[in-house]
Amino acid sequence: MDRPIRVLVAKPGLDGHDRGAKVIARALRDAGMEVIYTGLRQTADQIVSAAIEEDVDCVAVSILSGAHNTLFPKINKLLLEEDAKDILLIGGGVIPVDDIPFLKENGVSEVFTPGTPTSVTIDFIKANVRK
Amino acid sequence: MFDNEKIAQIKKDAISFDEKTKKALEKRPERRDVFTTGSGDVINRLYNPSDLGDVNFEEKIGFPGSYPYTRGVQPTMYRGRLWTMRMYAGFATAKESNERYKYLVEQGSGGLSVAFDLPTQIGYDSDHSLSEGEVGKVGVAIDSLADMEILFDGIPLDKVSTSMTINAPAAVLLAMYIAVAEKQGVSAEKLRGTIQNDILKEYIARGTYIFPTDPSMRLITNIFEYCSKEVPLWNTISISGYHIREAGSTAAQEVGFTIADGIAYVEAAIKAGLDVDTFAPRLSFFFNAHNDLLEEVAKYRAARRLWAKIMKERFNAKNPKSMQLKFHTQTGGSTLTAQQPENNIVRVAIQTLAAVLGGTQSLHTNSKDEALALPSQDSVRTALRTQQIVAHESGVTNTVDPLAGSYYIEAKTNEIEEKAMEYITKIDDLGGAPKAIDAGYIQQEIMDASYDYQKQVETGEIVVVGMNKFQIEEKPPTGLLRVDLSVGEDQKKNLKDLRSNRNNDNVNEKLETLRKACNTDENLMPIILEAVKEYATLGEICGVMRDEFGEYEQSVVI
Repeated sequence: MDRPIRVLVAKPGLDGHDRGAKVIARALRDAGMEVIYTGLRQTADQIVSAAIEEDVDCVAVSILSGAHNTLFPKINKLLLEEDAKDILLIGGGVIPVDDIPFLKENGVSEVFTPGTPTSVTIDFIKANVRK
Repeated sequence: MFDNEKIAQIKKDAISFDEKTKKALEKRPERRDVFTTGSGDVINRLYNPSDLGDVNFEEKIGFPGSYPYTRGVQPTMYRGRLWTMRMYAGFATAKESNERYKYLVEQGSGGLSVAFDLPTQIGYDSDHSLSEGEVGKVGVAIDSLADMEILFDGIPLDKVSTSMTINAPAAVLLAMYIAVAEKQGVSAEKLRGTIQNDILKEYIARGTYIFPTDPSMRLITNIFEYCSKEVPLWNTISISGYHIREAGSTAAQEVGFTIADGIAYVEAAIKAGLDVDTFAPRLSFFFNAHNDLLEEVAKYRAARRLWAKIMKERFNAKNPKSMQLKFHTQTGGSTLTAQQPENNIVRVAIQTLAAVLGGTQSLHTNSKDEALALPSQDSVRTALRTQQIVAHESGVTNTVDPLAGSYYIEAKTNEIEEKAMEYITKIDDLGGAPKAIDAGYIQQEIMDASYDYQKQVETGEIVVVGMNKFQIEEKPPTGLLRVDLSVGEDQKKNLKDLRSNRNNDNVNEKLETLRKACNTDENLMPIILEAVKEYATLGEICGVMRDEFGEYEQSVVI
């Protein structure tokens, strides 16, 4: 690989619980990736434009408020519209297992629920970006 | 407690104890090289009187109900009255939440505690584009007084005390509560309860801020002033360490940063011309309870002593009530695991003991399924029963501050107080909590602690049962509570009806009065109350203030 993997860590919606997003951001950075963290309250549009502008390989979104079924598919839809389906989309947060198949059908490659070691997320990104 | 000669002897004995232990250690090494608390502080093998330093009983420990209140704010504590069992609840519509409240009261919950959804907490109506997908999810959706009337339907507001977790738009929700009471024929002076109203911890840890620091602090002092005259029994702020701890802080950081925020509120109120003894008795606190039982007990004792000292010495408070740190506790949401959720019942029981042995005034216990979704009715009942078992069966409520005098507890109380005070001094040097937040200092300290913790969990240095040790294959959980997306649609429809049925000329006039007042020194509370009574929506009222005050820009720290 010519350059480090670039990841956008984003908090869509109004949820302010960003401990997990920040821990992931720092862990990815420690694993040698370039990380951009958007901060809170990002709309799907803002996330997708940031992803394209920053030319990232992966968008990692985190949400704990229960709005994932609305917001994650929306981000995926916008990525497709921008012809950016090569960007890997992953999600995390308090997400019921029952919702995961729906999210996967809607373009979220993997969902990491509470208690997932950061190494699992790191390995997943390494194995699945730029494919 | 001990004279110097005696202490010197004990120190010598402790050294020879360590010498003797060496042999035992050779034969049987300890389980780990270093033992630490949940916050990562090193723990000695054994504590003895020499670890307490020059312990002055009256100054450091004393009697409950007396300065420095280390042992509790009441002389008899739970022998007189148990803590308020206050379960935080709210989801979907006002109607569904109203039913949950009635159920909880029936089951023995002593106070209501309202969870609002995120649009409500951030001052958006349910039909705002940013509310999409969030309506009714983490709490109840309140768009106007009409929703609030349904929320408290059939609940006599002179008989219950209500806590509302609301911060940036606290003035608006409090106004709605006062207006509902008025319709029930209950005067404001009879209302009992608490609004969280702590904006500083929103910038630090929880993220539901709206306005920049200065207008936020003004709204808070407006509420202090209004309530001291009109709603005298109301607790006007709950200075919250809970979210600071959830964001990953240590116990000492939780105390230090929370008290630093408290200092900022006291200073703002004094600057606004209020007398410290008129508002300080109505300040209250909110802390977390994590799993390290003894560290947590010491934390509450340290916080009480530190606050008493600061109020007396720094702010010259004269009224003893101004010096008493009263607090609500919630068990630690971030300690719960999605794996083997039944284990969470045990964690919550330990945390309940910590809160009770630490002298809390009210308590919310989390439900076992909260790492998965909002709690179901059955799991909330188990969480409430946990408190009732500790209250009525465990025996720990029968004497006041039973752990006092334990060498470890007293040494740990001293240590947490000292560490917290170091943070407070550092924040003072940075110009106070609002400036330290704007500079990202507090957020950075918490982030570092949180990342250290995560690394220790991943290396297994910290054991989380069922998550990184003693794992099993699990079936996906069933019976989780789900909030339907139709809640958002219903709220939108109700808003449309409301806007066509109310007197819009009156609404606009009240909103215009508010707009003008934003740019004066006038107290905004009475003006907001007038607007609320005309059924101006939360989003409209906050929209006016957004226009006039601007919005806070987060300082992003990773």
